Amino acid sequence: MSDLILTGGTVLTSNGLEETDIRIRDGLIAEIGPGLDGDETIDCRGAWVGPGLVDLHVHLREPGQEWKEDIESGSRAAAAGGYTAVFAMPNTDPATDSGHIARYVSARGAEVGLVEVLPVGAITKGRGGKELAHLDELWSAGVRVFSDDGDVVADAGLLRQAMDYLAGRGGVISQHAVDEGLSSGGYMHEGSVSSLLGMYGIPSAADDVILARDIRLVEMTGARYHVQHLSTATGVELIAAAKAKGLPVTAEVTPHHLAFDHTAAQTTDPVYKMMPPLRSEGDRAALRRGIEDGTVDIVGTDHAPHAVHEKEVPWEHAPNGVLGLEWAAAVVNTFTDLDQFGFYDRLSVAPARIGQVDGQGVLPAVGGAANLAVFDPTSEWTPSTTVSKSENSPYFGLPLRGKVIATIYRGRATARDGIPVS
Amino acid sequence: MNHFLTIEGLSADDLNGLLDDADEFVDVLHRPIPKVPALRGKTVATMFFEPSTRTKMSFEKAAKALSADTMSFSPGTSSLSKGESLKDTVLTIKAMGTDAMVVRHKATGAPWRIAEWIEQPVLNAGDGAHQHPTQALLDALTIRQHFGTLEGLKIGIIGDIRHSRVARSDIQAFSTLGAEVTMVAPRTLLPVDPAVFAAAASENLDEVLEDFDVLYVLRVQAERGGASVFPSLSEYTDRYGITTERFARLSPEAIVLHPGPMNRGVEIEGAVADDPRALILDQVFNGVAVRMAVLFRLLGGESSE
Repeated sequence: MSDLILTGGTVLTSNGLEETDIRIRDGLIAEIGPGLDGDETIDCRGAWVGPGLVDLHVHLREPGQEWKEDIESGSRAAAAGGYTAVFAMPNTDPATDSGHIARYVSARGAEVGLVEVLPVGAITKGRGGKELAHLDELWSAGVRVFSDDGDVVADAGLLRQAMDYLAGRGGVISQHAVDEGLSSGGYMHEGSVSSLLGMYGIPSAADDVILARDIRLVEMTGARYHVQHLSTATGVELIAAAKAKGLPVTAEVTPHHLAFDHTAAQTTDPVYKMMPPLRSEGDRAALRRGIEDGTVDIVGTDHAPHAVHEKEVPWEHAPNGVLGLEWAAAVVNTFTDLDQFGFYDRLSVAPARIGQVDGQGVLPAVGGAANLAVFDPTSEWTPSTTVSKSENSPYFGLPLRGKVIATIYRGRATARDGIPVS
Repeated sequence: MNHFLTIEGLSADDLNGLLDDADEFVDVLHRPIPKVPALRGKTVATMFFEPSTRTKMSFEKAAKALSADTMSFSPGTSSLSKGESLKDTVLTIKAMGTDAMVVRHKATGAPWRIAEWIEQPVLNAGDGAHQHPTQALLDALTIRQHFGTLEGLKIGIIGDIRHSRVARSDIQAFSTLGAEVTMVAPRTLLPVDPAVFAAAASENLDEVLEDFDVLYVLRVQAERGGASVFPSLSEYTDRYGITTERFARLSPEAIVLHPGPMNRGVEIEGAVADDPRALILDQVFNGVAVRMAVLFRLLGGESSE
């Protein structure tokens, strides 16, 4: 295999930022230094070079809902967006609640070979919220992150059992925090927009009360806990307080909660419908501050493909969720003031650490795995297409700043300028 | 005007212009032959995805009084019950040939989606608890006929404002036309964020009752019962029902309106509903005239072929 050279990029290494070249050979970083040449080069001048992005929260829809997305199309979208590892949520059909389904997901990911696909295991059987899933089996299949995502683990007693069971070995509970009594019947953030539209709302408190409860359970069990798609200002405060106490708690924000607030929902265009809903401008500002100062650890896309015909309905009838993988990096760069260190921390290093995946989220170093994302932070563009099977992107027509110009996975370019390389 | 979807964004001039047209159609409807050839050759489809009798009949009467043909769709007996999507239903009816679609749907925003799929005018005949703009026009017309103007009038809207498309459209129309609107309801039936409306809010009817020139009484929606929005119907009637006692405390010029259908004995006592100052049947009559005005505005510009 011939050498691949990344030339002239600003490389984020453990020594800081260096404007230099990288030689990639046999899947590894062979050399870092100026003046390198080889058969194939990628011009990285003016761009950031850092570890490939890691997404702790995607829906690849396989097995069972392949009309929305599959592991191949989802991998293409991930590669296009700069990702080299994605964690696939278990709300598939059947749910990833046993070892053989988890093994299928990672094996299919390896077969496609564009990105490392890591299965997230269900906490309860069939994500039914009644009894624990085959946690040992999942663990043996390599699962480190557990979630009933799409649904909350509502029963505090059952959640406590899962926490106790996983705490000793360091498994992570990833919670979709929403109180079903408070959210029941709601379709969007409860506030001025829902009042104007006469739509049932989901109050911010629906998320906050579960997060507050769960933090108390973390205190009790010592389990590692990750709250998904934080959407409220109070949630950011709760996380800050839990971290101040030294609890093993981490938090995630989605790109769409950084880019939009509930006024986008005023159009009743279902492309803006998701759970948790887009909330107030104050919530959005708190989330931005949270991701900037690190209170919120990571950006997770909650990439949630839905077919055109599923979203082409009135708001109330549309499924929740939006695409995200292809634009997350640009959205973070556009709507936060994170520098190169912060950008790769929130999008790569921290999610890899939480997800406990080797060879990902590691700063470029000689001898290390060549999983890299090259990002031009100044390029201005307006998304209008996707490589996903679905088209439910809220970013079409939205001017963004910054573009992934190359993704390197195991030494091979898997995408160039947003186009996957097959 | 391409579609008629919402009161929001219409100016006082826009609204008065439509009401002026409606006044002329009131005259038409009083003629021995209450019909004009304005929309001859046009077809209006009434598509009520949520059951409704009065609004659908009112639109059909309005279309026919303008000499348009009508065709109608009802969800119970249609392909919707066979799982057809809203979009396919709409495109199918469009393919049959229609010049406008009158849409009622229980999902907020449905008429906006339909307006994205077809180029013909869409008239919102009520979406979710969001908008019911022709109801607001007929209410405003009824009040304007009685008082000459809405400017400076004090209007109380009493009842389930939170779940009412009538209230949302009415508040926007009445306040744009210069009235002072107060929403009166228990907090569970007021909008979660009342500040988004150009209206005051009160939970105590007896404190504010005597100020009102117009009492707009909303229907208690029995189907909301499961949502635990108030403890019991009798408690509601005690605190918010328009009884003969409360009616007697109003100024002698004050009028009572109700969008129908009424729950006699719940939100309004029978004797109040039957009083000459309850203009409920005038509202119904005016409904035909305002719908003629809107249909004419949307379809009357082009010559029929």
